[in-house]
Amino acid sequence: MVQLTGAQALIKSLEARGVEVAFGLPGGAILPVYDPILDSSVRHIHVRHEQGAGHAAEGYADATGKPGVAIVTSGPGATNIVTPLADAYMDSVPLVVVAGQVAAGAIGTDAFQEVDTTGVTMGVTKHNYLVKDVEEIPRVVAEAFHIATTGRPGPVLIDFPKDIANMQVDWHETAAVDLPGYAPPIFPDPAAITRAVELIRAARRPVLYVGGGVIKSEASGALAALVEATGFPVVTTLMARGAFPDSDPRCLGMPGMHGNYTAVTAMQRSDLLVALGARFDDRVTGSVPAFAPDALVIHVDIDPAEMGKVRRPDVAVVADCRLAIEALVSRLREGAELAPARLAPWMAQIGEWQARFPYTYDLGDGSTIKPQYVVEQLREATPDDVILVSGVGQHQMWASQFWRFEHPRSWINSGGLGTMGFAVPAAMGAKVGQPDRMVWAIDGDGCFQMTAQELVTTTAEHIPVKIAILNNSYLGMVRQWQHMFYKERYSSVYLSPDLPDYVGWAESMGCVGLRVTAPEEVRPAIEKANEIDDRSVVVDFRTDVTEHVYPIIPAGHSNDDIVVHPSQAEER
Amino acid sequence: MNGTTNGKAPYHLLSVRVENRAGVLARVAGLFARRGFNIFSLVVAPTQDERFSRISIVVDVESTPLHQIVDQLAKLINVVEISELHPDRAREAELLLATVGVSGRQDPAFLDLVGRFGAEVLEGNEEATMVMAVGDSASLDEFEAGLEGFGILELQRTGRIGLPTLSPAK
Repeated sequence: MVQLTGAQALIKSLEARGVEVAFGLPGGAILPVYDPILDSSVRHIHVRHEQGAGHAAEGYADATGKPGVAIVTSGPGATNIVTPLADAYMDSVPLVVVAGQVAAGAIGTDAFQEVDTTGVTMGVTKHNYLVKDVEEIPRVVAEAFHIATTGRPGPVLIDFPKDIANMQVDWHETAAVDLPGYAPPIFPDPAAITRAVELIRAARRPVLYVGGGVIKSEASGALAALVEATGFPVVTTLMARGAFPDSDPRCLGMPGMHGNYTAVTAMQRSDLLVALGARFDDRVTGSVPAFAPDALVIHVDIDPAEMGKVRRPDVAVVADCRLAIEALVSRLREGAELAPARLAPWMAQIGEWQARFPYTYDLGDGSTIKPQYVVEQLREATPDDVILVSGVGQHQMWASQFWRFEHPRSWINSGGLGTMGFAVPAAMGAKVGQPDRMVWAIDGDGCFQMTAQELVTTTAEHIPVKIAILNNSYLGMVRQWQHMFYKERYSSVYLSPDLPDYVGWAESMGCVGLRVTAPEEVRPAIEKANEIDDRSVVVDFRTDVTEHVYPIIPAGHSNDDIVVHPSQAEER
Repeated sequence: MNGTTNGKAPYHLLSVRVENRAGVLARVAGLFARRGFNIFSLVVAPTQDERFSRISIVVDVESTPLHQIVDQLAKLINVVEISELHPDRAREAELLLATVGVSGRQDPAFLDLVGRFGAEVLEGNEEATMVMAVGDSASLDEFEAGLEGFGILELQRTGRIGLPTLSPAK
């Protein structure tokens, strides 16, 4: 029997789970773990801030479908990764985070760099562990990965005391888990599928409401078959962009607060909503009592607690999304073929909305760069399989609106938590997971300032990503709300276009920095950035300050109160 | 509190079998706090199987639908089994300790009250008497109301615990 230290056992357990990459930053309590990392097959990417490690692990997970791994020290190292844990919990991203802890005997004494990490992270993890016995390390690691990646995915934290990392243990590899209270549902109930198919056959104004669960369960192929079998139109939420191709005319785009008019209105007028791995988020529903008032609801989700959390379903299908969709398709194919004519009036109505209310913006007189124009040019100038990452705010909404998403796992953003600063580290993680694909991030100037330091990591670790800053010198979304809802009283929202000097900052971090101040420079700058493959590129696009995101549904209002672009207001 | 724990809506008793691990109570309590579920009472103790504990929770289902509370609880990894104990199909009990401002041994009315509810006098002196009663919550509510007439100095109730009734013999 091989004797290992607890730290060695932890690293060996990570290897046994197939971990190829970990993002992390060492410190006192986690020092024992960093020694065996030197001899491990796990590639350790040394970030500059623990928040960066967490978001990078999320980007890696989103880009690959594999769990992301991060390693941090106790105390401030652990608290710095609380935001990514919360982000991953909201967006159901599989993460395993190992945090160092003070020696077990010192817990509770306010020791140096002690924080009750298990207590602090209880509410933002799917589960967490405080390791109390060196013998349990292989089982805890196996359970952590099992919990993170099965059922509704999510983050799991392992709180790992330093003295246990230093203890000796007889190594035994195990994938065995002891979880009597954990048996996530997988297969759909045939009776529920039968009832769902009855509603699908009877529907005349249906919408497939596709959420992030479709991407997480790798159900895009099944979804395409369901659309073929039913002819139903599709909306893809912010978490599901790319689950169904935007180029298909049956794709109505994103629903919700800044969603496509047709997507929002089709849901409002629908007689059947088939929610697939979606959770009726308030940014989608607007006022819940006023949401889709005439619709029956089929709710497919792997999490039983989502059934009726917001909207009571008429048919609840608690199952893996892909398996449920496949069951629907095969049951539909058993019966008579659905006549396309039954949906003709509905599809004609949808076509009319699409023609009247596409996303639009005013190109202006060409004196300023419109942010939407940058997004469109970026899409045109990048390969089909490019991965797009974004931060949170106006730029995120424009990216979702004006990009054309064709494939799953090509759009990575912070949806539920709305974490500013997500983009740079998540782009780095995505590139690590998909080194052969081009990774662009569209970021805001406010977001960029929060986590830009990880560009140092991309230089040091040779992870070339490209960042397009839509620099409007403001916290743009906050400015838009202060403009629309606070009588243009702008409070703590101005940032300055030149402070910091983004080009100089990028160059100081080993990146190429470009600045674009005129519309005609946009495309050449993108093309120049695309040619640079040996380091990261930051393009500082100076965009129009006054541009607002449209449509907008004011918070708490009915989705019927959708405000379209001013140029379309007469159409309504 | 009187009259509110008599087994009728809006309060429901959940019997939750959990893994006997450190922090499980914190996970359950934290979940209720985080999701805004109201706990009326909560009792936790080990079971005959040392791997598990049983938590009896009386929940307010007026503010949150019961299924939502059950489904969220079930997501806690250490929660093994949840049963909702319907009053018609469960035995429920609660323990009450009270110190009352009477010299109980000399007060026939007090002794009568104690006798009617099957309570027990634990100790007493010239000024005060401590009693203990066991029963379902409704009868303890009544007993408590009766004690009020004698001046309650201190009172502690445990909250409800319960088990399903035995199925009829075959």
